[in-house]
Amino acid sequence: MSTTPTMNLPSTPRGESKTPHFVDTAPFDPGASEPTANEDERYLRASALTLIWWKFRRHRLAVISALVLVALYASLPFVELIAPYGLTKRNGDFLYAPPQTLRIFHDGGLHRPFVYPYSFTFNEETFTRDYKVDVSRPQPIRFFCPGEPYRFWGLFDASFHLVCPPKDGTMFLLGTDRLGRDMFSRIIYGARISLTVGLVGIAVSFALGLFFGGLAGYLGGWVDNVIQRLIEILRSLPELPLWLALSAALPANWSPLLVFFGITIILGLLDWPGLARAVRSKLLALREEDYVKAAELMGASRSRVIGRHLIPNFMSHLIASATLSIPSMILGETALSFLGLGLRPPITSWGVLLNEAQNLAAVNLYPWLLAPIIPVVIVVLAFNFMGDGLRDAADPYH
Amino acid sequence: MSETPLFSIRDLAVSFTGAGVVTQALRGVSFDIPRGRTVALVGESGSGKSVTAQAMMGILPKAATITGGSILFNDPDRPDAPVDLTRLDPSGKDMRALRGDRMTMIFQEPMSSLSPLHTVGDQVTEAYMLHNRVPAHVAREVAEAVFQRVGLPEPGRIFNTYPFELSGGMRQRAMIAMALICRPALLIADEPTTALDVTTQAQILELISDLQAETGMSVLLITHDLGVVANVADDVVVMYRGRIVESGDRETIFRNPQHPYLRALMNAAPHFDMKPGERLTPLREVADARLLAAQARPATKRPAGPVLEARDISKTFTLRSGWFSGQTRQVRAVSDVSLTLMPGQTLGLVGESGCGKTTVSRMIMRAITPDSGTICYDEGDGLRDISTLKGNDLMRYRRAVQFIFQDPYGSLNPRMTVYQLLTEPMRIHNVGTEQEQFERASMLLAMVGLDRHALRRYPHSFSGGQRQRLGIARALALSPQVLLCDEPVSALDVSVQAQVLNLLKDLQQALDLSYIFVSHNLAVVDYMADVIAVMCRGHIVEQAPRETLFNAPLHPYTQALLAAVPAPDLDHPLDFEKLRSGRFSEPTQWPAPYRLETGEAGLMREVAPQHYVRLGDAAGRAAA
Repeated sequence: MSTTPTMNLPSTPRGESKTPHFVDTAPFDPGASEPTANEDERYLRASALTLIWWKFRRHRLAVISALVLVALYASLPFVELIAPYGLTKRNGDFLYAPPQTLRIFHDGGLHRPFVYPYSFTFNEETFTRDYKVDVSRPQPIRFFCPGEPYRFWGLFDASFHLVCPPKDGTMFLLGTDRLGRDMFSRIIYGARISLTVGLVGIAVSFALGLFFGGLAGYLGGWVDNVIQRLIEILRSLPELPLWLALSAALPANWSPLLVFFGITIILGLLDWPGLARAVRSKLLALREEDYVKAAELMGASRSRVIGRHLIPNFMSHLIASATLSIPSMILGETALSFLGLGLRPPITSWGVLLNEAQNLAAVNLYPWLLAPIIPVVIVVLAFNFMGDGLRDAADPYH
Repeated sequence: MSETPLFSIRDLAVSFTGAGVVTQALRGVSFDIPRGRTVALVGESGSGKSVTAQAMMGILPKAATITGGSILFNDPDRPDAPVDLTRLDPSGKDMRALRGDRMTMIFQEPMSSLSPLHTVGDQVTEAYMLHNRVPAHVAREVAEAVFQRVGLPEPGRIFNTYPFELSGGMRQRAMIAMALICRPALLIADEPTTALDVTTQAQILELISDLQAETGMSVLLITHDLGVVANVADDVVVMYRGRIVESGDRETIFRNPQHPYLRALMNAAPHFDMKPGERLTPLREVADARLLAAQARPATKRPAGPVLEARDISKTFTLRSGWFSGQTRQVRAVSDVSLTLMPGQTLGLVGESGCGKTTVSRMIMRAITPDSGTICYDEGDGLRDISTLKGNDLMRYRRAVQFIFQDPYGSLNPRMTVYQLLTEPMRIHNVGTEQEQFERASMLLAMVGLDRHALRRYPHSFSGGQRQRLGIARALALSPQVLLCDEPVSALDVSVQAQVLNLLKDLQQALDLSYIFVSHNLAVVDYMADVIAVMCRGHIVEQAPRETLFNAPLHPYTQALLAAVPAPDLDHPLDFEKLRSGRFSEPTQWPAPYRLETGEAGLMREVAPQHYVRLGDAAGRAAA
């Protein structure tokens, strides 16, 4: 410790100039209530959900992503109306046809949306079809038109489409595959499966994660230990071979629809550890909160503590983590189907479509067969951005 | 001749932008920091004192912008070139050259301001080597000299230790060493002692004022504690809501305060020489005395003896030292504590951090079970051991004994409205119909001085003091007999603290409540308690009625605690001489007959009526 004399009171002022006495003359009113950070009445009355929404709204990219996803999911029931062609409609004259461009300028003048027709000649040397575009004959496409008949929702027959190919013409915006089926329409139909796989899978993994994570977090002790080790073992297994093995184990005589459910359940079964960990760590953190202690000390029952105090406080975090794991489901389905072990035709998903682009010829000669990658990327990115925004907004108090 | 001040701050304005709302954090702040003097910047949370320091150091958060004014720095080393710090790029070369060299800063939390991954020596020499091109061994010599100076024992060894090996006080000394190694012209100390125990606080304050006298630097001391100001500052600047309301030298400020806010602050802080029955005057009164008086007293029978009694309770926690070693370490958190709470009285439990006072209160709440000893509770029909309570009896106990938490932010569920929060206890215990619950909630709210419109709001829309009052209202929902208050005001500003303390006092009067009041702040306990127990290292070392304890403390630890509280009063300066010896909380260092050998528990002896002191085993037996 020091040995210098202390600068105790009373003492002579140090330094030369002391601060002159100044008193603020502005009126002073302590007011009836203490100042809070935000006096806005709307803020004072806002519920937690409103605060989350306000915070989420500030995250531009997340809002845009959410809108994209809402639009995509809202269109799923109406794919028959949106797709210009049917799912299995073959156009024998247009095998491996390249994409047709939608145009609005013809001969230097504005024109209603149209496509140029094309026809092919078989190249005897390369054994490929050479498509030749005829730029003299614009074929206007039709809107709100009767087109290919379909059975809407399996209930009634209809033939109404939003967009139809020109009369006596074709409209392959993303080209056709080896049977002359329109890729654009098939991608739209494929969205139905690919997008719902994520939701069903996440429902399975959410239920499992909530259950196991909740047990581990709330009970602790050996239950926690067993579940944690189980998660570690599951996580240490290489993912792809495990998927492959499980999907190969699905009986071959199952109908495609059953296979679809089998695949989603497999995806959910393997995805829950991440969610379970999120649930557990959040529970452990929340259990230490004073308000949970307060409820326990008031004599609240265990179910009341969980139901009233724990779940409302971690639900928003969970929804955010769940949103962030939907993309891995979609990618999982796509990967499995691409490898031929997931869904099988006639069920059409983006993965199944990509399965057809599995050879060098496709990449080299018919690159448009790779088009389903684009929606996969868009959806995965949108989910990630939206999940990010939700995660940031989930705790509006910090 | 008037000397140019070291710093001249003129009309400084800073605003924060967030959520589309612009908040004025500083509104035209002007003051000087003269050379070689200590200027204290005093204010409550949100007054803008830290923002001022951040603006000077160029470390304002991203959301903040300086919207006007200037900060002129007249470096004594370069007398002809005053620099306006507001015009420098905060991350530019010029600012970096000043920051950490000519002006340095120490923070409130010494643990989080030292990196846990580097040795103390590395961190201290880093600052020196950044600003002076010297080889490492030279820097090390300088660092060890500074360690010596700031009172760190064995500088050579300290150099190679990691922060977690040091106590809070030692870490703060290391931080000061880091700040001083470049011999700065200005040291900014942002609440340097708030996180420390009172005895350590006194030592650090002395160190800062010694070092200043020695080096001739200026110090800007940011604090909310007028006691600290009275003891170390030369000049005082008082801030309120981003404005300076009063400034002047210490004598003027304390002897002749003019501004109503400053006067209110001085009347709001509890101090030792308050007359019996004297009330604190908060900035705003809340509780409606008439409403409280109209309250019907609970119809429960008042027990004849103590309402709550703990006999020889002990608790040992087992720490596992390593995963594979399987070795365990035993920590005795509480040993042989006996407490008696009489109905309608307040029992104060005082001690520094880690003394076991919170463990005691948790045991009383039956949140932890004691290893040995019993806790008994009397509802009016005789004492019953609470560890045997089950089912309905336990629920009755939970109704009768309620808890008030320290942290007003964590203790209210953020997803529930005030209405839900206040009726939650009634719903858990199935009390009343929905209409009755609603009426009771409105009444409780009025009792703690809040508008009934608040029922629909969520906790986030209340300030700290309002939330603490909500916590009190919730604790009262079931008409309890005993309230356990665990540091209920330590997270609050002084003026709000007075409000809450007065409210608790009024409620006690009106509802005939008994309190157990746990705090590290002796002045607060002095204001509240009838009987005070002082805890150290899990033992109660002294227990006496309030007047006795404050007028005739016997135990050396109690004496040190009392001496270390800085009084906001120029006539009662801290006696640094007495506090210098250091280890007051080390039982082996206490003088006889209080000295306890390692592992010795000592014995409580009644030295005067109602006045108990813990003596060493031998002395205790002799006294018996």
